[in-house]
Amino acid sequence: MSDTILIFPCSGIGKSFGTISRDATYSVVEELRKDETDTDCLSLLVVGDEDAGCSVKSHRCISVDGCPNGCAKKTLEDSDAKLVASFRVVDILRKNRKLKPTDVTFLDEDGRKLSKLLAEKIALKVDELNRKGVVS
Amino acid sequence: MSTPKIGIVSCSGECCDVGTISRVATRFVLEKLRPDNTVTICLPLFSIGEGGERMFAKYFPTIAVDGCEKKCAKKAIEKYSGKTACSIVVSDLLKKWGVKNCGPRRELNEEGLELASKVAKEIASAMDDIFTRGG
Repeated sequence: MSDTILIFPCSGIGKSFGTISRDATYSVVEELRKDETDTDCLSLLVVGDEDAGCSVKSHRCISVDGCPNGCAKKTLEDSDAKLVASFRVVDILRKNRKLKPTDVTFLDEDGRKLSKLLAEKIALKVDELNRKGVVS
Repeated sequence: MSTPKIGIVSCSGECCDVGTISRVATRFVLEKLRPDNTVTICLPLFSIGEGGERMFAKYFPTIAVDGCEKKCAKKAIEKYSGKTACSIVVSDLLKKWGVKNCGPRRELNEEGLELASKVAKEIASAMDDIFTRGG
């Protein structure tokens, strides 16, 4: 399906932010907007996989980064992807300073709350993009 | 004398369950099995980072933990830094152990967690081998 939006979360495993970005992405692609979105491995782009490279050029992509390093966004840009939106866990955290996620391997309660907030934002962006008719 | 370190680069594998097992197994090594000897490195930082990750992997032994046969972690280390000290592929281990399904990718179930623990032991054992042969 050519109008599927691909969502690429951060790959980080050193802090809870990476886990939150992935959990939020899974929430969107498996529950909230499962018919309109999908995800792929960021690492395939890092190593220059041809199929993954073609896929991000022909589909709209959203990056979801954990930290300010912005690996997902930069990797998509380097791959000449059709990047239509970018999110960062740290930005959601700044607006919800009471939440202090700490666990990395498995999200704690605050991590889950942040993931939910982020997933809802991504889902709304998907709706906005589809309303605008920004298709591949 | 400083504690010897080994870098572990896990596949990011967001699109499949074996990627989740790679990441969780790597975290188990860092948190439980070899906390003093483990440094984890985010795979995309090899290409877009400021170079610290590449330098680390150039001067310290690294283990690639890949989910599938595409071996992105191994390829990234060897493309940007140098030869890996060891390469572990989760899908190969699962085949060897006769496992066909390891559960959901978002949050591992009991079976998936057990598999991640087994993979973590394989990583720790590979680390011990590297230390035994002197890095």
